[in-house]
Amino acid sequence: MTQPKKRLLDTKMVPVPSQSIVPERDVDKRPVLETRHLGIEFGGLKAVEDFNIAVGPTEICGLIGPNGAGKTTVFNLLTKVYQPTTGTVLINGKDTSGMNTEQANRMGIARTFQNIRLFSNMTVEDNVRIGLHNQIRYGMFSGILRLPQFWQGEKKQHEKALDLLSIFGMQDMANVKAGSLPYGAQRRLEIVRALATNPSLLLLDEPAAGMNPHETEELMQNIIKIRDQFQIAVMLIEHDMNLVMGICEGICVLNYGRIIAKGTPDEIQSNPVVIEAYLGSQHKEVE
Amino acid sequence: MNKKLRSNLITYGIVILAFIVCQVAISGSIDGFKMTRSLKGQLIPICVYIVMAVSLNLTVGISGELSLGHAGFMSVGAFSGIIMSSWLVSAFQMENELVRLLLAMIAGGVFAGIAGVLIGIPVLRLRGDYLAIVTLAFGEIIRNVLNTLYFSVDGKALHIGFNNPNLTGKIVYNGPAGAVGVDKIATFEMGFVLILFTLFVVLNLINSRSGRAIMAIRDSRIAAESVGLNVTKYKMMAFVTSAVLAGMAGALYGLNYSTVTAAKFKFDTSILVLVFVVLGGIGNIRGSIIAAALLTLLPELLRSFSTYRMLVYAIVLILVMLATNSPMMKSVLSSITGKIKALLSGRKAKSGKAGDAA
Ligand SMILES: Nc1ncnc2c1ncn2[C@@H]1O[C@H](COP(=O)(O)OP(=O)(O)O)[C@@H](O)[C@H]1O
Ligand SMILES: [Mg+2]
Repeated sequence: MTQPKKRLLDTKMVPVPSQSIVPERDVDKRPVLETRHLGIEFGGLKAVEDFNIAVGPTEICGLIGPNGAGKTTVFNLLTKVYQPTTGTVLINGKDTSGMNTEQANRMGIARTFQNIRLFSNMTVEDNVRIGLHNQIRYGMFSGILRLPQFWQGEKKQHEKALDLLSIFGMQDMANVKAGSLPYGAQRRLEIVRALATNPSLLLLDEPAAGMNPHETEELMQNIIKIRDQFQIAVMLIEHDMNLVMGICEGICVLNYGRIIAKGTPDEIQSNPVVIEAYLGSQHKEVE
Repeated sequence: MNKKLRSNLITYGIVILAFIVCQVAISGSIDGFKMTRSLKGQLIPICVYIVMAVSLNLTVGISGELSLGHAGFMSVGAFSGIIMSSWLVSAFQMENELVRLLLAMIAGGVFAGIAGVLIGIPVLRLRGDYLAIVTLAFGEIIRNVLNTLYFSVDGKALHIGFNNPNLTGKIVYNGPAGAVGVDKIATFEMGFVLILFTLFVVLNLINSRSGRAIMAIRDSRIAAESVGLNVTKYKMMAFVTSAVLAGMAGALYGLNYSTVTAAKFKFDTSILVLVFVVLGGIGNIRGSIIAAALLTLLPELLRSFSTYRMLVYAIVLILVMLATNSPMMKSVLSSITGKIKALLSGRKAKSGKAGDAA
């Protein structure tokens, strides 16, 4: 492939306060994700309130905030695990009101989970094949009767699955039971499975949690590689500030369910509101 | 060879081997190795219960839904099969028993499948364990409904009476008295074929795109939805396939007796099949086969020392459960089989180079 590689340093950030975290990126294209006044209440508790963002087609953006700020809840709203109390989510310009998780995935949104949710009794390869379910298809009867569609489909799934696993160099683990993988590998497998669904937006919920610094460094490279290779947008929740500041082009800070700041890593790091709410304590630890 | 493929071939092999042994025992061609009459009478029920257990395992073990009314599908299959068989005689004077049996089993499968769809559509779209309670109710309701129904065949016509036994033609299903004057056309050979058919359907389904989807939903519903799986569709697929197979087994069962009442398909029967599945190992198809065969046979084998029958039965139940479900027993068993293998290969090595191919 000879597509122009987007280097991080080339990305010019313009501090314009608008819905988009990085307004100038992909400005000619429609955002993959747009939320309008998104909010949800759990029995009176406003877990997320008036959440407005737009994410460009090949943007890597971060969603940060203290524990309990509502970050995972935002992901659950975007993927339709929860139906919003107010507002809507647009994926590739289409309103997703009334859709369920399965339909949201078909619209192009895939995710990983903060608490890993693999199909742990199945092999690594089968986990990826399930991600390919809607990409490489054949029917139930072709499967039972072992018709030619079955053999072709299985072959394609096998090849594609190994291809995707090779992103993280995991081809050799294809026949290992997913539940018996080390923690870091399980997180990587979740990313591969999500990628297999051919998304236009990949949501990563604390992808570096439980990884050592070396693994985290590798993960950062791989997230950029995935974005460049697949030309998709990535939105990630992460507490590791080196990762967030290192690869995110735009950052959105959440506190008590509300957005308190949006901008480039530099702006976020120097924003007094953010430092007050969140980064202050983290900064001391880092330095 | 692929591990899954080998395991499946072993399962088919066990079934085929058991069938051959039974045939030899029936023929009595080996001295002192002849099947008793009462044991012979158990052959078709064993086949039926194996199919029941394997098909229930598809719902319980592979799809992860608890069903407590599997005997309900069996009864739907049994009576639609019996009625089909009688109707074929009355409408077309069809005497070929094999064709009648086949068509009866297909009818049994179709009607049980329809019942499965009717239950599945409202229930399987819900989150939570509603299936257990609804299938339990279904099993009881179908039994009570069957007690109020009357069927008769009259030429090409099939008459149905609701609380009304005065039908024209030959009565084939007589309310609480059940199906009467049934042609006993079920055969052990057909039972064997049905087991192979069931294994073919279930094992091929499991090892395909659809089967992986079913198991993924069992492992994590939320993750399955997040990668775009239609949860209701695949739960339905497993449940209805399971119902169809139970219906076919039911038809074979019904056509093995001259009189069949709905009382034969009580809640106890559903639980019995569930016990086979649990003892054989949830999700373990081969285990279901072995558990169903052994536990259907056991009361028959234990008849001779009737005093201790229930005691031995209980002990065997516990042992089977331990052997199939506990990791400790599994490792003990595998080490024993390992030793036996080593012993055999040692002996082969001594007796020359004959063991090379193995
Ligand atoms: N299903 C739910 N029911 C009730 N409260 C919830 C639910 N999901 C999340 N919450 C609440 O919403 C808030 C945000 O949670 P979460 O999004 O998990 O935070 P985080 O930013 O750490 O990911 C918390 O106070 C949590 O208790
Ligand atoms: Mg969270």
